[in-house]
Amino acid sequence: MFHRFTALSSPRRFYAIASAWLPWLSVLTALGFAVGLYWGLIVAPPDYQQGEAYRIIYVHVPSAWLSLMVYTVMAGAGLVALVWHVKLAEIAVYECAVLGAWFTALALGTGMLWGKPMWGTWWQWGDARMLSELILLFLYIGVLGLHNAFADSRKGARVAAVLALAGIVNIPIIHYSVEWWNTLHQGATVTRFDKPAAHSSMLWPLLFMGTMFILYFSTVLLARIRVRILEQEADRQWAEEVRRG
Amino acid sequence: MNARQKRRLGLAVAVSVGVAAGVALMLYAFQQNLLYFYSPSQVAAGLVEPQTTFRLGGLVARDSVQQETGSMEVRFALTDGAHSLPVHYRGLLPDLFREGQGIVTLGKLNEAGVFVAQEVLAKHDENYMPPEVAEALTEAGRAPVGISW
Repeated sequence: MFHRFTALSSPRRFYAIASAWLPWLSVLTALGFAVGLYWGLIVAPPDYQQGEAYRIIYVHVPSAWLSLMVYTVMAGAGLVALVWHVKLAEIAVYECAVLGAWFTALALGTGMLWGKPMWGTWWQWGDARMLSELILLFLYIGVLGLHNAFADSRKGARVAAVLALAGIVNIPIIHYSVEWWNTLHQGATVTRFDKPAAHSSMLWPLLFMGTMFILYFSTVLLARIRVRILEQEADRQWAEEVRRG
Repeated sequence: MNARQKRRLGLAVAVSVGVAAGVALMLYAFQQNLLYFYSPSQVAAGLVEPQTTFRLGGLVARDSVQQETGSMEVRFALTDGAHSLPVHYRGLLPDLFREGQGIVTLGKLNEAGVFVAQEVLAKHDENYMPPEVAEALTEAGRAPVGISW
């Protein structure tokens, strides 16, 4: 089992596996998004208080979930990169940071769009949920910056991995911010011990969209790592063969 | 795992745990500052310094909203179930403002103990449901608005 796992960390093997999976994953993601968006934006009923405006949760909530999940994946890859010096893990840290930053920006942006009509404000600095999510964006950007800050890219990767690991403390803070402190942001609807506080007709499309976001992340992460491998292994013979087709 | 890898793992874990402990202590020390708003009970308990501008959050008490037609002035009581405070506000109210709704206001207490608000924000709760379900809940005597937040 462990041997099969370590074999995966060979860039060449990973490249081959990613190439085989990508077409299927891409088609599945595209179809899934079409179904999920139709389900959430058209089929699901309006909310009793917010009317149609609540539908932004079908993008906002999955982006926010992914912003946390991607960070956890990134920190895990960072640990592997630090301890075992696995090249593939170093690449994964960087690509996770790119994607995670986008998910975080999307969560912040859609949240602001919803906040203005519903709360009456775009942004509140004093709100622990908003502030901790903004810090998450800075952490991602910091990882990207450190990664690129060294002439020796492998050294940069390890320094960035340290920041990725240290920043993991922000993940539980974001999740529990709405419970630990009084916030303008509402509490958790789905990820809580009680049963979810959304009606099933709204909950299912939300969970479906969440799954599709995970699928999208996996697909794009694979595609990005695949390109990065080819770039870094450009002087190897197998990479040369791949390029020639 | 060889000795060098074990050492690196130890170091990585130590750094993460150290940072986490530092942040935890910091958050603990700043706990009061991280409160986005105070509840009427916290105000009653004297947690707010007099003459300071602060945020007050709670539910708009039922049958407490007084607004003259054609006027921007509105008076209502803000409650958290245990305590309530009279609020006076002049300005536009957000769409979700209604009795029983959770709101957050910014302002200060005057000598008469009335909270004079300069900003009123609506707080949405985590409950999402179709209108028919909300109606059914209301009929069953279980108000869907502002149950928990």
